[in-house]
Amino acid sequence: MNQVPLIHILFLSTALFFVGMYGLLTRRNLITMLMSVELILNSVNINFVAFNRYLYADRLDGVFFSLFIVAIAAAEAAVAIAIIINLYRNFKSIDVEAADEMKF
Amino acid sequence: MPNSVYIVLIPLLPLAGFVVLGLFGRRFFSRSAGLLGTGVVLVSAVLAVWVAWRYLGAGWTDGHFGQYVPVRWNWLTFSPGISIEMSIILDPISVMMIFVVTFISLMVHIYSLGYMKGEPRYATYYSFLNLFTFSMLGLVLAGNIFETYIFWELVGCSSFLLIGYYFDRPSAVRAANKAFIVTRFADLGFLIGILILSFHAETLDFRTLIERLTQPGPLLTGIMTASFLGISLLSWGLVLVFMGGAGKSAMFPLHIWLPDAMEGPTPVSALIHAATMVVAGVYLVARLYPVYMYPVTDASQVVLYVGALSALLAAVIACTQTDIKRVLAYSTMSQIGYMMFALGTVHYSGEAATLGYTAAMFHLFTHAFFKALLFLCAGVIIHRVHSNEMTAMGGLRRALPLTHVCFLIACLAISGIPPFAGFFSKEDILLAAWNANKPVYYIGLFTSGLTAFYMFRLYFSVFWGRPMVGSGDHGAGGDHGAGGHHGAGGRHEAGGHHREAPFTMKLPLVILALGAVFAGWVPFSRLVTYDGVPQAGHGIGVFSIAPVTVALIGIAIAAYLYRVVSDRPKRAAVAFRGVYQFAYHKFYIDEVYSFITKKVIFNLIGRPAAWVDRNIVDGLMNFLAAVTARIAVGIKGLQSGKVQDYALYFFVGIAGLAIIFIYIYT
Repeated sequence: MNQVPLIHILFLSTALFFVGMYGLLTRRNLITMLMSVELILNSVNINFVAFNRYLYADRLDGVFFSLFIVAIAAAEAAVAIAIIINLYRNFKSIDVEAADEMKF
Repeated sequence: MPNSVYIVLIPLLPLAGFVVLGLFGRRFFSRSAGLLGTGVVLVSAVLAVWVAWRYLGAGWTDGHFGQYVPVRWNWLTFSPGISIEMSIILDPISVMMIFVVTFISLMVHIYSLGYMKGEPRYATYYSFLNLFTFSMLGLVLAGNIFETYIFWELVGCSSFLLIGYYFDRPSAVRAANKAFIVTRFADLGFLIGILILSFHAETLDFRTLIERLTQPGPLLTGIMTASFLGISLLSWGLVLVFMGGAGKSAMFPLHIWLPDAMEGPTPVSALIHAATMVVAGVYLVARLYPVYMYPVTDASQVVLYVGALSALLAAVIACTQTDIKRVLAYSTMSQIGYMMFALGTVHYSGEAATLGYTAAMFHLFTHAFFKALLFLCAGVIIHRVHSNEMTAMGGLRRALPLTHVCFLIACLAISGIPPFAGFFSKEDILLAAWNANKPVYYIGLFTSGLTAFYMFRLYFSVFWGRPMVGSGDHGAGGDHGAGGHHGAGGRHEAGGHHREAPFTMKLPLVILALGAVFAGWVPFSRLVTYDGVPQAGHGIGVFSIAPVTVALIGIAIAAYLYRVVSDRPKRAAVAFRGVYQFAYHKFYIDEVYSFITKKVIFNLIGRPAAWVDRNIVDGLMNFLAAVTARIAVGIKGLQSGKVQDYALYFFVGIAGLAIIFIYIYT
């Protein structure tokens, strides 16, 4: 059967990327921003796997790198939660606009 | 010729005195400042007498007194031709002037030992006096016209410091400002004149300048043909230089500062505003005399008429004034007017062409003696009566016998009665005027009658008449309006009322009185002439009948009106009502100046200039600052402290860079 054209998958990952970025830049809740970051990382994952399957079908480099990304994303999520907890302790809120003390 | 080290010491010793007393006077010399200052001037005076003795005794070359330049030091070179070279020039007038300046300064220093004793700022006073002596000596010894200008300004500065010595009195501060501003304004003319003359003659040195502006040559033709508003630049230059001299010498219309300058201590008035500084203008014109003499310019006419007018005007005003120092101030202005118009009599006559030069210098010499004597006597009188006003004085001839005799001698000298000093010099001046310009001669004659009248008016009012009640007690004195009296008057308990004056105040009176008697016998015309060649002197002769008669008439009128207290003066004043009022208010010249400065200059020039400065210049700067501030506020908003905004900028930057790189590499 015919494969799905690569460009469709790339559209999907680009759309996910920009949705994630929109969420990162717009949402006020820190947890939701964290979710958006995860979305960005996962969109990059899709990109890697897609290129691996379509360009280098006999190798697994892309997939391996995706595993790396998953692991690092997990670690980074842990660190991010720690930062959020510290921010909450300082500002008593998980609204990112509450932490604007470094303004002019 | 005298060793040049000793000549340089003459001005430099008072400078050292000024520096030492100025820096350390208050701490170390607060009692002995007077002795130090006086000692320094004494040494200078001795050196000056020695220089004069050597020069006049041995300065002959080819049968005339030549100009001799012992010291020369190049300070600033603008171009190969024009340089400011500090040099000392010795010729008859400079030698005479250093003698006069150091001698009168010495007398004033000695007098101040008694007069200013107990003053809190005693050392400062002596340091200023020494500064003045240094500046004046530098002025008369200067061989370069710019050097003269430098010392000219220094003299003005010393005068300012000394007039405003009692700086807690607003009238003194105002007077000092007025003196400085008026003379500074005149010095503007002086500077422009210097620039014009030196630019065309391409030199600043006096000898070269005079040579180039009097010998026919390309430079002289150049300056004479160049003209501005129809008058040749040579005339402009000379008239502007004379303007500087007129300001310093209180010639009409730049005389307004001199009467107000009497706010200073009386010894200061004696030194600066009678004998030395105010004759600086006369000295300057005498220095440039060969150029003023050159027949084509009208500058000497200006000198002549301004001098004559000042002499007459001042004499008329002096007849109505009641403050003793103001009368003497106007008398000074009048006598300097005589000297000036004597210098201006050059244009007309033939072989007696330069008699005016000798006569002016002779009168300068004798005037220094009797005018300083008059002021110092006035100091004794003021100290006694605690007031400057003639109405508070009377019958003092028993209380102040020595002062009485000295004052009388000085009055006889200034009125031109033989054999006192003023007679010989005034006769020479009138002779020069007679040869040159008859109307000016008649003005001079009438003015000498007025001089005798107002001086003896002063004399009789002070020493004759009814003794005032206040001459024996510590009354508050008549501190009328512009009179004011010196701050050292609080020394009653020093026994000053039982004794006429301390020895240090009497000694200069005696010495100056001897000078006023005998100075006229100096064979001046053999020593001081403009080209150094001796001329024959004039003794008492037919020509002197008119001046002496006019003077005696003046004295007689003054005696009739003032010897006995009566209402004759009041009736005379009423009879001449219009002229009297005009003269009493000094011809309203001060009011005219006040009008011009306030209504015209301030309103038409000052206010618009201030408006432009505040609104346009400052406004431009404020506008720039406001724009910068607005932009800054705008940029400031970028740093909002919000992480998401920073992330947005980060991303926009990345996107921009990516686009640029893609654009570049495809």
